[in-house]
Amino acid sequence: MPYRYLDDIATADAAFEAKGATIEEMFTAAADATMNVMVEDLQSIQARTTKRFDLEADDWEMLLFALLQELIYFKDAERLLLRVLNVKMGADGSRARLVAETAGEEIDASRHALIVDVKAVTLHKYRVEQTHEGWEATVILDI
Amino acid sequence: MASVKDIRRISDVVWEIPVSYKEGMRVPARIYASEKLYRDMDEGVVEQVTNVATLPGIVGRAYCMPDGHWGYGFPIGGVAAMDTRTGVISPGGIGFDVNCGMRLVLTSLTEEEVKPHLRQLVDRLFQRVPAGVGSSGLIKMTQDEFRHAVELGARWCLKQGFGWLDDLEKTEEGGCVAGADATKISDRAVERGYKQIGTLGSGNHYLEIQVVKPSNVFDEKLASAFGITLPNQVVLMFHCGSRGFGHQVATDYLQLFLKVMEKKYSIRILDRELACAPFQSREGQDYFAAMNCAINMSFANRQVILHRIREVFSEVFKRDPADLGMRQVYDVSHNTAKLEKHLVEGQLRELLVHRKGATRAFGPGMAGIPDAYRESGQPVILGGSMETGSYLLTGVAGGEQTFFSTAHGSGRTMSRKQAKKRFQGKKLLADMEARGIYVRTASFAGLAEEAGPAYKDIDDVVEATEEAGISKRVARFLPIGNVKG
Repeated sequence: MPYRYLDDIATADAAFEAKGATIEEMFTAAADATMNVMVEDLQSIQARTTKRFDLEADDWEMLLFALLQELIYFKDAERLLLRVLNVKMGADGSRARLVAETAGEEIDASRHALIVDVKAVTLHKYRVEQTHEGWEATVILDI
Repeated sequence: MASVKDIRRISDVVWEIPVSYKEGMRVPARIYASEKLYRDMDEGVVEQVTNVATLPGIVGRAYCMPDGHWGYGFPIGGVAAMDTRTGVISPGGIGFDVNCGMRLVLTSLTEEEVKPHLRQLVDRLFQRVPAGVGSSGLIKMTQDEFRHAVELGARWCLKQGFGWLDDLEKTEEGGCVAGADATKISDRAVERGYKQIGTLGSGNHYLEIQVVKPSNVFDEKLASAFGITLPNQVVLMFHCGSRGFGHQVATDYLQLFLKVMEKKYSIRILDRELACAPFQSREGQDYFAAMNCAINMSFANRQVILHRIREVFSEVFKRDPADLGMRQVYDVSHNTAKLEKHLVEGQLRELLVHRKGATRAFGPGMAGIPDAYRESGQPVILGGSMETGSYLLTGVAGGEQTFFSTAHGSGRTMSRKQAKKRFQGKKLLADMEARGIYVRTASFAGLAEEAGPAYKDIDDVVEATEEAGISKRVARFLPIGNVKG
């Protein structure tokens, strides 16, 4: 899996590290890592409905924050569990932008093994970096 | 915990870290803990409480309570009072789950009377108080009505018939904190929260049926003042907050503060989760007004849950809730920033007291507590792990040393991931049932994360607060039924 949960940096919350050869892969992995805190088996989320996210931020770091926050928003506002199908990054002047195609379905406790709600993305030890191998991020989610 | 340079042990349960520990500390920091609790605390606590001590306008000291552990921004268990003219307001000092809190409700029933109906009660509570990931409530309302409701808090509930006047009297701030302004909340916050009034949420949120054994009453006079008078009396305790609405309010303003903090107000901080704005700035005041809406949403949420509990008990026992003695003892917040007056070096000053995973604990005779509790002090409700038990404490005069703040629960000691590795939800449920605790859960994996050993020993936490003189034990409760989010 292109993400792993970290044990030693958050007692009551959920921390993960996501990696990707490209920034798009890393963003997709981070999105799955966030959803996987709430749902045990991501394969149980069927693609019954789609949502297109068009997001922008000051930089790549805050753009990832915006993407994860968008997933949390739809979980509450429309009770939707969404996965990123593909994501395209771009820049608009000095702003970082992305367009993401996502798909998923409404929460169904009889089919989705649910774990805990993610309340928010925190900025504690938050990190998005380009490395020799590609891109990686460390994120702590508030539970 | 690793040894910390310069740390000074002030008493058996108070440890002080001087300003020389870290550059930028404006005041010393104090950790309240017994030797054992202190040694077991993660190192993050020292780092985080000393980061808090660097915030502009902090008065006195930065504190961490005995149930403290590593959080984000402030440690969980963190307390900081800010000068309202020169100080800041920080969402990281309140938490995303604004006004996460506890409510305690009496019954005039005994364990013997409840036991035969326990399964039915828990099953019905599980249906009527939705719990788990993304759960939505049974109240249908428009987004405009929700905006109105978050300005009124629990008072809105009474208008809808969800409660008694006495419930308001027995809630912090009368169930409606002043200064809530719905024009300061985003559409996204409303969209996340308007279907969630009357829901528990997940994680460590729960609703329990508990028993007070005679041997667990530590002060009969105080217990009686709070309505605990029968041997093996049954009470209800629940823990939840402002749901997606509060989480979004905190997220919105965290992002705004990051934009203006350095550029506009030249404030530099050591951790982005401590993002803040001067309390007197436009951004600071806007957040305060929005955060107060989230405080009220949470009061309304717990008020509706109380109404559902009364409905369920009334149906099962075929008696009126008043006849069943279902009065509320109190409702406390443990994630807030509130305007309060405190004595500082002999002068009465208005301060903005941030408490994140810490409970206000006003002593006897103080303004702001119900008349009925004037002599006893403010009830303080501490939720323990679902396996071990919970406490009712009261505020005491000695609380002035921590701006009248005390612990909020037992505090985690094991990460969620470790707990899931060590415990299995289904087995835990069966084990608890064998021990007489009937559990309904929205998630077996979530249940495993909340296993008793994942938490500190609540008795140690409570003893430390009593030894430090910041709160006093009244009674301990043992769970017999649990609805777990």
